[in-house]
Amino acid sequence: MRIELVKRPQQSALFSAVSPLLALALTVIAGFIIFSFLGKPPLEALYIYFIEPLSETWQLHELAIKAAPLIMIAVGLSVCYASNNWNIGAEGQFIIGGITGSLIPILMPDFQNALTLPLMLLFGFIGGAAMGAIPALLKTKFNTNEILTSLMLVYVAQLFLDWLARGVFRDPNGNNFPGSIRFPSAARLPEIMPSQGGAHLGIVLAIIAAVIVWVMMKYLLRGFEVKVLGGSPRAGRFAGFSSTRMVFFAFILSGGLAGLAGISEVSGAIGQLRETISPGYGFAAIIVAFLGRLNPLGAIAAGFVLALTYLGGEGAQMSLGISDKVARVFQGLLLFFVLGCDTLIHYRVRLVFGDPVKVSG
Amino acid sequence: MDIFQSVLLTIATASTPLLIAAIGELVVERSGVLNLGVEGMMVIGAVCAFAASYLTGNPWIGVLAGILAGAVLSLLFGVLALSFATNQVATGLSLTLLGIGLSGMIGEDLVGRAGERLPNLDIPVLTDIPVIGRLLFGQDPLFYVSIALTAAVMWFLFRTRTGLTLRAIGDNHKSAHALGISVLKYRYLAVMFGGACAGLAGAHLSLVYTPQWVENMTAGRGWIALALVVFASWRPWRVIGGAYLFGAVTIGQLHAQALGFGIPSQLLSSLPYLATIVVLVLISRDRRLTVMNTPASLAQPFVPDR
Repeated sequence: MRIELVKRPQQSALFSAVSPLLALALTVIAGFIIFSFLGKPPLEALYIYFIEPLSETWQLHELAIKAAPLIMIAVGLSVCYASNNWNIGAEGQFIIGGITGSLIPILMPDFQNALTLPLMLLFGFIGGAAMGAIPALLKTKFNTNEILTSLMLVYVAQLFLDWLARGVFRDPNGNNFPGSIRFPSAARLPEIMPSQGGAHLGIVLAIIAAVIVWVMMKYLLRGFEVKVLGGSPRAGRFAGFSSTRMVFFAFILSGGLAGLAGISEVSGAIGQLRETISPGYGFAAIIVAFLGRLNPLGAIAAGFVLALTYLGGEGAQMSLGISDKVARVFQGLLLFFVLGCDTLIHYRVRLVFGDPVKVSG
Repeated sequence: MDIFQSVLLTIATASTPLLIAAIGELVVERSGVLNLGVEGMMVIGAVCAFAASYLTGNPWIGVLAGILAGAVLSLLFGVLALSFATNQVATGLSLTLLGIGLSGMIGEDLVGRAGERLPNLDIPVLTDIPVIGRLLFGQDPLFYVSIALTAAVMWFLFRTRTGLTLRAIGDNHKSAHALGISVLKYRYLAVMFGGACAGLAGAHLSLVYTPQWVENMTAGRGWIALALVVFASWRPWRVIGGAYLFGAVTIGQLHAQALGFGIPSQLLSSLPYLATIVVLVLISRDRRLTVMNTPASLAQPFVPDR
């Protein structure tokens, strides 16, 4: 049996719309199989994974807390990938943004006024953007593969944060536990609806970022430039677009948004700089970007889906004793299915049985 | 002299998994496919090898399990990237994410269990020769496999007709297809070879380097292996040099950590990753040379037309 692809004369509008849904359905089916295999009641497990986390208001708040960083990072990555630049080091840029954004509350804890938070967010963006600019610089100046350099920097960033949180930034009154001082309230991202749950302003920032970037991609010349250079670098050069500038733009935007997500997480959800600040948001956001079909608005919906796998994973661990690692498996499978279903947009897939017919003459 | 010898031995042990994984990926990339899932296949290889060895008590069965697991996972990449012509960068990434998740799930109950170490070679007389005896005749069996594998891949790629065909596919899949060569068949086999090598490299980690299962124990080695292929300009013998350079950096920083020196351990731990970046910069600087060395259809999906 062989799989044969037949190019469609034009993109299938039907599959452009349903391919993410198809991928989700396939992931749920795979989940059914995995849970049966683990000897857990599959339907109940799926319910706990995908429905229960949506049933109460405080849980929706938890969902928003988890979705915020995923959306914010994925919006930047969407632009980056659409321009054919492969930044897979968002996790590192997230961490550096968390660090640079925390400089003010840690080094100047008495600086508490209306400017504190905006400056922190700005510093977070700049830190992430600077971290993202490194692979961009190496790519444009030395022709170095940006995939590998951006990923290597993740490990460096993780170790750097570990050093800070255990060393110079450690709270002197923290009984030798790693982690900085707790941020004063002026340095905390406020909660949206404190009476109902803990969701902080991060989700609002993420959605604003998504809308702004969506407008840019759809209505501004820069968005057109991203698409042209991403689709055909040669055509882009003829149009007078600079691919060097685009590399920097893509990496600085995606790095900056990852950094902003980092400081939002630290000042919103955590409240201090710890030795680890991310359960792999930077990598999960890659999946979000693709599930959202590299569209910033799509990233919003996709971000909530991925956030659901995190929450469902926690719930399933508590009530059914299923390892929370299953969530990671779901995320990986989801990306697999998304990529496979996207093939249906450009190709008709045929299954061919037996040998291909030989045409003679 | 004894210390010198034992340092060299540990460097060889640290370099072997890098060499095995990189040699496998080199064959994959020579066929024109970029599989970024090395890290994922390696970590799956590590956990399956440890699990099989733990359950059967025989580390050799573990080695086989590691190879098999890597190959099976690579097949998943093959179906998508080859048959469904998906974006290879994204597909490889998802393989890594899936591998890390799956290995954590499989290995959950194995954390902290003591495993069996694959015994070192011990040939009476020869191993006892002073200075060189242990280096040449007393290492773990996979060390010899890694060297033999490199030699075999060199011979295969540059001395056999099949190897020539594989390289031709990597440089121009359309021409190869026009000549009647089944591009996808070659690529499937190359991808599975790469997966088997990554699985074997993982098995080395959990059966020789540190005979136990720790979550995420590959710690970026799969990515370093990918960088090694670039570093080696897609030439097998250069991979040996690269792998041993990184092995030396890894072991060097471990010794520096033990001695202290007042340098933060985190800075020393990040040295292998920083070294990777520096080496990549140095090797890629000459744009013309890079273009010449890179397989021309690397990472481009191929859909045969009728």
